Amino acid sequence: MKMNRRDALTFAAGAAASVLAISSGSRAFANAEEIDKKLMELAGGGMPETAKVMLNTPEIAENGNTVPVSVSVDSTMADGDMVESITLYADGNPNPDVVTFHFTAMSGSAVANTRMRLAKTQNVIAVAKMADGSTYMDKKQVKVTIGGCGG
Amino acid sequence: MASKPRVKVPKNAAAGEVITIKTLINHNMESGQRKDKDGNPIPRMIINKFTAEFNGQPVFSADMHGAISANPYMEFTAKVNESGTFKFTWVDDDGAIFTAESEITVG
Repeated sequence: MKMNRRDALTFAAGAAASVLAISSGSRAFANAEEIDKKLMELAGGGMPETAKVMLNTPEIAENGNTVPVSVSVDSTMADGDMVESITLYADGNPNPDVVTFHFTAMSGSAVANTRMRLAKTQNVIAVAKMADGSTYMDKKQVKVTIGGCGG
Repeated sequence: MASKPRVKVPKNAAAGEVITIKTLINHNMESGQRKDKDGNPIPRMIINKFTAEFNGQPVFSADMHGAISANPYMEFTAKVNESGTFKFTWVDDDGAIFTAESEITVG
């Protein structure tokens, strides 16, 4: 691969970002605990079961400013099998909240795609709340080359 | 600050079909985490709520936080049983509301 000036700069920024990621490790841990607390609250004690939810993220995100993320829940969206909401969390961002999608019977399926910011390499967590109160989750790690929090 | 909502809804569908809708609005989604040249934090200014309705009935909505990228993009599905109008609404932190509408013919 030929390395031009832009590539060299990108690489340097990536290296700097990974150093930053290591130095702020303790903060990510605090966020992970906060998310665990929120998940337990949603599930009414205990953790949501890792099933049904399909979270799709790129394994490596070159640009943390726009990371495509898609989430779906295996559901017929009929009475007794309704997905009420799906919430996304990012455990390494300054604020772990990302987005909550709300579905209705008119959604037809529990599928949503959006684009999110990731400050550094971290876990993205999706938790689905069914109409009957049961909760399910999925978790994916995304490696981020350039963080998406300005600065 | 926000402008040009863009939505992609199919023009026609069969009754009961589940269609995919794509929406995007231009907005820089200031996360509240950045600092200006003098080191003062730049206040958060984002689209915090998106809703989609069909003939007045809620279809889909999203509560957004600072971690949603600039020019927020949403892709979701809707089940259509009859012809009608989709109405999309975006709400800004400063209270501004942006809307877009799109018609679909079923049958």
